Amino acid sequence: MANKVISQMGLPKSISNIFEARNILTSKDALSLTEFDLVELLDVGMSEVNSAVTHISEMTCPPYQTALSLMEERVQNEYLAGHLPTRLKGLDEALCGGVPFGALTELVGPAGIGKTQFCLKLALLAALPTSHGGLNGRAIYIDVESKFSSRRLIEIGAESFPEIFQLEKMAQEMAGRILVLRPTSLSEFTESLQQVKLSILQNQIKLLIIDSMAGFYSGENDRDVKAPKQHLLGWHISFIKSLAEFSRIPIVVTNQVRSQNCDELVQYPFQAENKHEIVKDPERLNSHLVAALGIHWAHAVTIRLVLESDSGQRYIKVAKSPISPPIAFPFVITSSGISLLNDNGIEVKGPEIHSIHCQGYLWLRFLTRGVVKLHTPWPIIGTVFSSICVCQLTFSIN
Amino acid sequence: MEVSSLPLSPTHRGKLISAGYTTILSLASVSPHHLARDLNVTHDEAIAILNVALKNDKSGESNPTRSIVTGAQNAWDMLREEDMLRRITTSCGDLDNILGGGISCKEVTEIGGVPGIGKTQLGIQLAVNVQIPVAYGGLGGKAVYIDTEGSFMVERVYQIAEACIANIMENHVLPRKDNQVCQETMQCNSFLENIFYFRICSYTEQIAVINYLDMFIEEHKDVKIVIIDSVTFHFRQDFDDLAQRTRVLSTMALKLMKIAKKFGLAVVLLNQVTNKVVEGSFQLSLALGDSWSHACTNRVILYWNGNERYAFIDKSPSLRSASAPYSVTGRGIRDSTSQCKRTRMM
Repeated sequence: MANKVISQMGLPKSISNIFEARNILTSKDALSLTEFDLVELLDVGMSEVNSAVTHISEMTCPPYQTALSLMEERVQNEYLAGHLPTRLKGLDEALCGGVPFGALTELVGPAGIGKTQFCLKLALLAALPTSHGGLNGRAIYIDVESKFSSRRLIEIGAESFPEIFQLEKMAQEMAGRILVLRPTSLSEFTESLQQVKLSILQNQIKLLIIDSMAGFYSGENDRDVKAPKQHLLGWHISFIKSLAEFSRIPIVVTNQVRSQNCDELVQYPFQAENKHEIVKDPERLNSHLVAALGIHWAHAVTIRLVLESDSGQRYIKVAKSPISPPIAFPFVITSSGISLLNDNGIEVKGPEIHSIHCQGYLWLRFLTRGVVKLHTPWPIIGTVFSSICVCQLTFSIN
Repeated sequence: MEVSSLPLSPTHRGKLISAGYTTILSLASVSPHHLARDLNVTHDEAIAILNVALKNDKSGESNPTRSIVTGAQNAWDMLREEDMLRRITTSCGDLDNILGGGISCKEVTEIGGVPGIGKTQLGIQLAVNVQIPVAYGGLGGKAVYIDTEGSFMVERVYQIAEACIANIMENHVLPRKDNQVCQETMQCNSFLENIFYFRICSYTEQIAVINYLDMFIEEHKDVKIVIIDSVTFHFRQDFDDLAQRTRVLSTMALKLMKIAKKFGLAVVLLNQVTNKVVEGSFQLSLALGDSWSHACTNRVILYWNGNERYAFIDKSPSLRSASAPYSVTGRGIRDSTSQCKRTRMM
């Protein structure tokens, strides 16, 4: 509504002509200026400007809803009250039904922890017929890091929903509903987002996955100027959020981790007295990974799920959510995707919920067990980096 | 006082100055008819100019029986008025203590903190708590919730409202007659009905809503709190000219203060944090820059201290700078001591 045209708002002709003559055409133009600026620019009195601004504001202001009508609307109009169930019982309960529509859900964790596995499963769930608890629609998968594996997708499908995938042509039908985009540069990524916006309205699209958001931002090719990149991230954030909002579909975004610099204080100036303590804590420095994309992005996501591994056990943690308590679930990756070891979860106290551990690293367990299936290297190839590590390790063992 | 400082259109101002009316004093004794002739403007315009000029001229109206300066209020009256005002409880005793009893009406309070610390939770809690009926020591008001980020979850509001009602029922035993009346108003659905929710998708809409609030609250007089979650989001994008952003922000802040004073309601702004480079190292600080930090009356920062959430009063004209622990539970914001007793809510 920011681009409403002033001449269409029913202001007195005399004043709306003045606005037009000064090239102030939309409410965005008018409201970006203060009243004093407008008096100067339009050469009319303060009282006229005030009443015009009041009128423009009234016309631009979106209508209000009471929380009650909002809730009734959600319950009536949306399937499953606006949630896509993840089929992980404990997690669904914690999230009041699953991944919410119209909001941004982020998965963050180290390479190879299972973020892509989670995304593949969600894409399948969106494609499943409603009789099996899916959304019976299409899913768009923006695969930034070339990690999407259709073979793995079918494998997860066949293992988790055998009753559907055994039917003739059903595997083809389900996989056909998942559309993969592979942008190769930041500008292509921006372009594909804009394309997605158009097609969401026309084609039954019920889920958007971006794997991963950090891919282009942490790339080394354009590290020279930092400020425009931040600006572009801001643009992407508001674009994706408004996309979620107006189309009312769930948007799932993955994010990478990076190690924290020593000089990065995560404190306010008034906490300064504790400073030395924290820097000296070696364990904290060793294990401390933080989410890439920084604090600006972290504010923007509605739900943040942290995937981490601690002493060889993987956990999924609800780190930020307006509806759920801070809670962690141990999980394993099986041939049917992610499954929780127990549905009750462990309540996490304090800021621990935000930390991302990566101890007792995972692929060690696979190597010692000797179950690295080379034809489906799904748990390992998180990024190029981790797969290089695996190669090095195998060689050194040999 | 100079004519050039009056909020007049440049044409009128130019005409006044060229006709020799450079000070407000020179306008004080002139008749509209005379002025219209001198400036070569219509009679109505002349009256409008005089109105603007004389309204600004405070020295002209000295009426010692009422007050020495019109529009002023003496400190004693203000104190009495402040004591009359009820505060909105946060449902956390420690937090209420450092806030002097809760979020105060007639003031703008800014609350900031890192992602996931509980800003939205506190916002929702306040939107519910403002509705606690007067009989139970609340304000019995309504709430305006302006959501710029889409993080407002109705399911959560329902949970918090339910817990709030249960709490009141436990703690207060009223005579039967009163109780019946209150039972009717104490329904979850009526709590939800009294929250007016605006979803904002651009900074233009945010300014528009704030301009429109004046009119909206005129119609809904019992609105006692306005919550903006978050004031930052759209202003961090879309602005190339930072000087203009500062100007727009400070006019917005002035309008919010005006609304708070005029209707005697609390304005709560939730703010994000950002990394700021101070002497070569990163520090956390609230977003929107240094000039914005003058905009609010009180500023509260939420932060992690060890394993507990704390609130710190960063800025306030009347409160001591202090910090207090709080916790976010399934039932909403609560005292942190209750944390150990907490069971997982499903």
